[in-house]
Amino acid sequence: MTTVDEPKVTETPPPGRPGPVRATVAFLRNTWRGLTAMRTALVLLFLLALAAMPGALLPQRALNEPKVEQYIATHGWWGQLLDRLQFYTVYSSVWFASIYVLLFVSLVGCLLPRSLEYVRQAIAKPVLIPRNLARLPHHARTEVDGDPAAVLAAVRGRLRGWRQAQRTEDGRALTLSTERGFVRETGNLVFHFALLGLIVAFALGKIFSYSGQVIVLANGSEFCNSGVVDYDSFTPGLRVDGTHLDPFCVKVNDFTAGYQSTGEAVHYESHIQYQSGADLTTNTWRPYDLAVNSPLRTAGDRVYLLGHGYAPQFTVTFPNGQVRTGLIQWKPDDMTTLLSEGATKFDPPDVTDPAQLTKRQLAISGLFAPTALFQNGLITSTFPALTAPAVSLDVYKGNLGEDNGTGQSIFDIDQSMVADGRLKLVAKANLRPGESTKLADGTTIRFDTVEQWVSLQVAHDPTQDYVLLFAVLMLLGLITSLTVKRRRVWVRVSSANPDGDGDGAGRTVVEIGGLARTDQAGYGEEFTRLSARLLDAARGVAPQVGKDA
Amino acid sequence: MPVDEALAQNSTYAYVAAVTVYVLSMFFYLAEQAFGRRAAAQPAKELVAASGGAIDSGAVDTTADTTEEPPDEAGVRGDRPLTERLGRMAVALTVLGAGIHVVSIALRGLATHRWPLGNMYEFMSFVCLIAVVAWLVMLRRFPIRRLGAFVLIPVFILMFLGGTVLYTQAEPVQPALQSYWLIIHVTVVSSASGVLLVPGVASVLYLVRGAYDRDPKRFARFAPRLPSTVTLDRLAYRTTIFGFPLFTFGVICGAIWAESAWGRFWGWDPKETTAFVAWVVYAAYLHSRATAGWRGNRAAMINILGFAVMIFNLFFVNLVTTGLHSYAGVG
Ligand code: HEM
Repeated sequence: MTTVDEPKVTETPPPGRPGPVRATVAFLRNTWRGLTAMRTALVLLFLLALAAMPGALLPQRALNEPKVEQYIATHGWWGQLLDRLQFYTVYSSVWFASIYVLLFVSLVGCLLPRSLEYVRQAIAKPVLIPRNLARLPHHARTEVDGDPAAVLAAVRGRLRGWRQAQRTEDGRALTLSTERGFVRETGNLVFHFALLGLIVAFALGKIFSYSGQVIVLANGSEFCNSGVVDYDSFTPGLRVDGTHLDPFCVKVNDFTAGYQSTGEAVHYESHIQYQSGADLTTNTWRPYDLAVNSPLRTAGDRVYLLGHGYAPQFTVTFPNGQVRTGLIQWKPDDMTTLLSEGATKFDPPDVTDPAQLTKRQLAISGLFAPTALFQNGLITSTFPALTAPAVSLDVYKGNLGEDNGTGQSIFDIDQSMVADGRLKLVAKANLRPGESTKLADGTTIRFDTVEQWVSLQVAHDPTQDYVLLFAVLMLLGLITSLTVKRRRVWVRVSSANPDGDGDGAGRTVVEIGGLARTDQAGYGEEFTRLSARLLDAARGVAPQVGKDA
Repeated sequence: MPVDEALAQNSTYAYVAAVTVYVLSMFFYLAEQAFGRRAAAQPAKELVAASGGAIDSGAVDTTADTTEEPPDEAGVRGDRPLTERLGRMAVALTVLGAGIHVVSIALRGLATHRWPLGNMYEFMSFVCLIAVVAWLVMLRRFPIRRLGAFVLIPVFILMFLGGTVLYTQAEPVQPALQSYWLIIHVTVVSSASGVLLVPGVASVLYLVRGAYDRDPKRFARFAPRLPSTVTLDRLAYRTTIFGFPLFTFGVICGAIWAESAWGRFWGWDPKETTAFVAWVVYAAYLHSRATAGWRGNRAAMINILGFAVMIFNLFFVNLVTTGLHSYAGVG
């Protein structure tokens, strides 16, 4: 870029009192000019950087809602003020969006005139030669044999790749104007337009994307992307209502993890099968190895393996001989030992009377350890793999409170029912797989086995490929614009003695002048080398790089 | 695969050796400065250009050549063989230090059977190596040997912190970190941070030298030994236009990795946010150099701010905040 100073806002006062229309136009024009000035862009860039920062320093709702609540609670009025000012939702806040939009407008306003200027320059011929080349910062001069036209032709041969314009001056001298590095402007424009494209694609992505998480047992269980209800949690984009999801199904067959001796996971893998598109109607399953960093991509969605955990399976044999089996995920409390907690709940069989039902519901709640260690009767886990699994159970009987409309955690019993005395602790037991315990009423509870579950994330973002495309274009434009140097070189050849006889007869004067339009530093040597090559060409001798002109 | 403890131990020894050699080298640079006379008075023309602060001033710049720096030793060649020798030894020591440093990083990788950028200690070590290398490369193009000590001071501080506070035993890394995009991402971003240390230092010195040029009483003891503001500005700019696209590329790789590891390419995680802020600040730096009234001092300050944000990202975000990126193996 060369001339980038902001346009001068010079108001010539209109004669007489300006009419309201005139005043409005003037106001709009000034606002536009102000907004598209380079200095404004700079200030807006700073504001953007400043406005983005709180998002890194304060907890954000989009990332961690509980942490936000906790922050507000511990910071009193200050926390609440920040909440009201949208500091916990920085990237969807009014002020962040305003800066973003202003910068966008500024960018558009800056790019329009520059594109026109770009086209104008692309068409225009290289500028006229200055009168006196000796006054340029870089110049060289020599006299050679040969007639001007032939000498200039030889010189031009050495300037391939430069934009050239040959002219005749005063009917006597031949001049050549050349320039190089216009692609720098191209790079700059590509960069800024790609930036524009990226911003638009990113914003569209926010509107039409969705993501959801779901836990699936790794024992051949299935998950289908048919609606929001299938998910444990779902985050829609602004224009997504969860009704038209891309249909596909996955079936999770197994899960394996590798651990370091410290219990840190080094490797996750899950063999799944999936179907989408036509496979759904033909019920064809295709295999896929799901692993961290290698999501399944199908039907425009991606499925990620996020984490895993255990689901203990219990069989309850009621006093009348009826049997029920319960299998549901428990939640890891400690990521390095996978000590998990949960609650597996049972309704007594053959009971339809709600009053009876709510007296005889059962809940098995407690802790599960994949590698159990009992200390003073308390269970802990020492390793995340299933080497010595055991559960430590509290068995509750009574009313689970499932119908009181508040919705309860699948990992816990409703403690308020316990406090009320409507749900009573009836037994405690520590069990290993295959072991069972008997309640006072004759019910037996058997800890059968353990299954694994995986937590999957499904993500949909229709514009992310465009974002990548624009990002790559930006990078290419940036590199071009920062590395290409713009250079101008002029050559004037004229007869040493135009009148024909005397000393200089048949001799031709070659003058070269050069100008760096960008990156002047180091241009001196560059020019010396170039002019040496050109003068060598003019002399008709083979070019020798580095030889003095 | 288990960690090879012997190799890990040797890697640590090499790290300590590299730091020691850097410190030694730093003293040689300082000795060169102390024994050397102040640089020869700058040609008057250059001072004018320098205090104007701008070289890339746009359309037709006829001052181009006059702003070129005289060679480092200009005018003082004959009478300072000692300082010259000290300076050359300093550079030789820096190269030696960098060599040992490379060995340290390579051994760490061999010991853990993985790419040696898995925790903060390793990042810090790599960033410093790149900073030193970047400076050595620029040294071949610019008369900036006098800056050696000022580059090595932050390198020493970072490596000291890396080797003490942030030190982490050699161990494998968690699953999310095993991906070649991650390797590219982390390598490129740490390289960019290292490269950008050089313009950061140059810009600080620009402010010092600029203050001295305006008022010779300020920083009168050591500012005269610094290269001219023109050289410092150019050094900062040249290095930044290498570091900035590198950083951009690194962030893009990070987004590609995040897309395949975390389910989204960008999520305003604290680390991502801070990288974005740093990127915008460097973009502002490049803009400022093309905006009347913002060149010179202001541009230098913006560049310093940019590097400050990079360092903040490396330390604060890894140590204090908890995002997906907080895997750095400390705390
Ligand atoms: C979204 C905000 C913007 C960002 C992130 C941005 C970024 C950049 C970057 C990184 C450069 C240096 C690379 C290059 O030369 O291509 C640059 C250069 C440039 N930008 Fe922007 N830009 C933004 C908005 C604007 C606006 C609004 C204008 C117009 C007022 C503008 C005008 C320019 C000009 C003239 C240059 C060339 C400067 C030079 O040659 O060093 N930019 N921009």
